[in-house]
Amino acid sequence: MMKPRTRWHPWVMLGPSLALLVLFFVVPVVLAAYQSSFSWDILTPPESVGTENYRALVRNGELWRILGRTLAFSVMVVAGAMSLGLGLAMLLNRPGRFFAFVRGAIFSAYVVSWVAVALLWTWMLDRDGGIVSSIVHVGFLTDSRVVLPALAGVTVWKITGYAMIVFLAGLQGIPKQLLEAAALDGAGPIDRFRHVTWPLLRPTAAFVATTSLIVSFQAFDVVRIMTQGGPSNATTLFVYAIYEQVFLNLSVGRASALTVVFFVVLLSLAAAQLRAWRARGAGGA
Amino acid sequence: MKRSALGVTALASLAAAAWIAPYAWMVATSLKTLPEILEHPTAPLPEHVQLGAYREVFGAIPVGRYMATTIAMATLIAVLQIALALPAGYALAKLRFVGKKWAFGLVLACLLVPAQVTFVPVFLMLAKVRLVNTMGALVLPFAVSALGTFLVRQALLAVPDEIIEAARLDGASEATIVYRILGPQLMPTLVSLFLVSFVFHYNDYFWPLVMTTDDTVRTLPLGVALLREQGTGVRWHIVMAANVILSAPVLALFALAQKQLVRAVGGR
Repeated sequence: MMKPRTRWHPWVMLGPSLALLVLFFVVPVVLAAYQSSFSWDILTPPESVGTENYRALVRNGELWRILGRTLAFSVMVVAGAMSLGLGLAMLLNRPGRFFAFVRGAIFSAYVVSWVAVALLWTWMLDRDGGIVSSIVHVGFLTDSRVVLPALAGVTVWKITGYAMIVFLAGLQGIPKQLLEAAALDGAGPIDRFRHVTWPLLRPTAAFVATTSLIVSFQAFDVVRIMTQGGPSNATTLFVYAIYEQVFLNLSVGRASALTVVFFVVLLSLAAAQLRAWRARGAGGA
Repeated sequence: MKRSALGVTALASLAAAAWIAPYAWMVATSLKTLPEILEHPTAPLPEHVQLGAYREVFGAIPVGRYMATTIAMATLIAVLQIALALPAGYALAKLRFVGKKWAFGLVLACLLVPAQVTFVPVFLMLAKVRLVNTMGALVLPFAVSALGTFLVRQALLAVPDEIIEAARLDGASEATIVYRILGPQLMPTLVSLFLVSFVFHYNDYFWPLVMTTDDTVRTLPLGVALLREQGTGVRWHIVMAANVILSAPVLALFALAQKQLVRAVGGR
């Protein structure tokens, strides 16, 4: 720890960062809370309405539908990405160029843009000419019963590489001697996984679960590009609902109320994530 | 033993196919013509390989300008994030002063606030100062990365104070210490930060979508997505050709810097 050169020296170093953080993170949150008490369509002057925006969201049941839909989507994404990511990590945790190539191929989907992935899968799932639909004959993006799982599937395809990479780091942290000792004691592969690998991998799993939970709660691009919330609102997830309120309905107050609720939900998810992050040990991004 | 090795290879090949086949389909579609897509949409290979779809992309949208805007934006954001994170991380990691806990707490608190929470009020703020549809609206809100500041601070904790003391004795200014002495020490962290930030913002669709209403600073992901919305039936060969153009630079970067990217994302 060093002495600053002068009294204001630390603040010169921190000033630009803190000012921008306040301007683009703190002020917007406060502003959203403030604007949620107005009815405002951007064009005419805002009108104070108290808690009416929140009550309207609850009264017509919209809030619960959006929350339930987003939660269902997230559960599918987290379950899919975690089980696939763990399975692939165990399968591909081997030396050699072939396995490195397969790992790279899977991870590449995480690096490519959501736009490219969403457009590609829109085409593959297209009811008329899509290659997937030609095999299983389902209108994935037009049937309101399968469209949410379809979007979740695309999201899983996109982020499984991330889960796999984190699980691989976790697997490589498990001492080989432990697994060898268990094998010498006569433990089969399933017992070794249950009693050695999994307990040691639990912090990693909690980290992957909470991180992908937050990512899937913020899903927007797949919805905007693949379904625009349809058919019949089956894919209006939380962020898309906010976007719709402000840019399509020009309802700043309603959008702000949704934003505030969304922020509170994210905060509670982040509390869970923080606990998982501590357990995994500092470091990691 | 041999049979299980064969099984592992087979499963791994299957996994590879599940991720590579969609890319292959994207490229195959981009080499087809409109009649081919309408008549045999699922034919695995184009009848005659031809680049007509790519020509049409360049005719439909200014690919070069969109690409230049996107790369300029992503580079500017990544550079600013590093330039601001270094002095801020230095103050938080190395200097003793009143109010440090408060400042660090602010950085950590901002980690909890994603763009999806701030975009409505930020859009209204930027509209008020007439910054919508400018590079400023795309870059300024991301000029500071709370995560980047945090990671630089963590990395600086591991740098011994003696380096800074020696530099001060040599008469180095604080700017020199931050950028010329500590910067190079943190190279692996800074390279990771740059890559992750650049790739994220090159790919970003959400922020440019909500912060622009016209063509002045349109980015490539937005342009490609709009290509599909531009009526005239769904000409998938053109959309897939645009997709290839959009993905190629990132995939090339990934091929070049796979190790760094994987380390940056996987942590430790």
